[in-house]
Amino acid sequence: MGLKLMIVDDSNIIRSKIARTLSRHDMAVVATAGDGEEAVRQFSAARPDVVTMDLTMPRMDGLECIRALRRVNPQVHILVVSALADKATAIQALKEGAQGFLCKPFSEADLTEAMDELLGDD
Amino acid sequence: MEEQELRAFVEIVNQYFERQTGRLPDLGTPYLGEPSALPIYDFTGVIGISGNRPGCVYFTAHRDLLRNLLLRVGEPDLSDDNLSDLVGEVANTISGNARRVFGPDFMISVPVVVAGNAKAIQVPRNVKAYILPLRWHKQEAALVASLQ
Repeated sequence: MGLKLMIVDDSNIIRSKIARTLSRHDMAVVATAGDGEEAVRQFSAARPDVVTMDLTMPRMDGLECIRALRRVNPQVHILVVSALADKATAIQALKEGAQGFLCKPFSEADLTEAMDELLGDD
Repeated sequence: MEEQELRAFVEIVNQYFERQTGRLPDLGTPYLGEPSALPIYDFTGVIGISGNRPGCVYFTAHRDLLRNLLLRVGEPDLSDDNLSDLVGEVANTISGNARRVFGPDFMISVPVVVAGNAKAIQVPRNVKAYILPLRWHKQEAALVASLQ
């Protein structure tokens, strides 16, 4: 099995698209979550290597979730996948511990390229 | 809303359809509408805006447009749940992308999806809304921006 993937997004369609795309690139989806709280609850048991993270979500937003996941596992790779297209948000996400930022709307090629860049040093 | 802000929404809508489907929508001429007479189709995704430009942005579309759009993005589940999910995601993406122009103080909510019922959509009563009508695969939709 390849890398273990967790997908965090409040859209079922986006979760499906990410799963379909990255499953074809030797990643196994071990958990999905529709908001930050759900992601935090599942994270320790799922033990993903990589997380895709939306930012605008109910209950707990993506930035708070990144901080929480980092406290549990500082080594996890996090790619933010968000519609928030301003530079300040991207910079803040990187400061919180994400290593990559992909802006919605995205194509399958955009996603695989962003993931390749995220994992390029491994 | 200033002309450059309206132009930004036009570009964002074009970019959304082109990147997701490879096909641009046919955009109509934007116009100003009274809060009591705004277009509403089968499904509507509403984003509340707070911060520097309070108000709301919504995307409303016919069922068949959303079904076509789902198929074009590779999603085989054409249930009403997924049509609701999609219309909310379109509204969220367009509003989030607008922060390129409006900046990070253009704070967007999570989407609220309304099926059919125009009375459930709250827009500011004291400003006229900009309406950008569009057609895609011969089906109608509209983006509505009501910002103070």
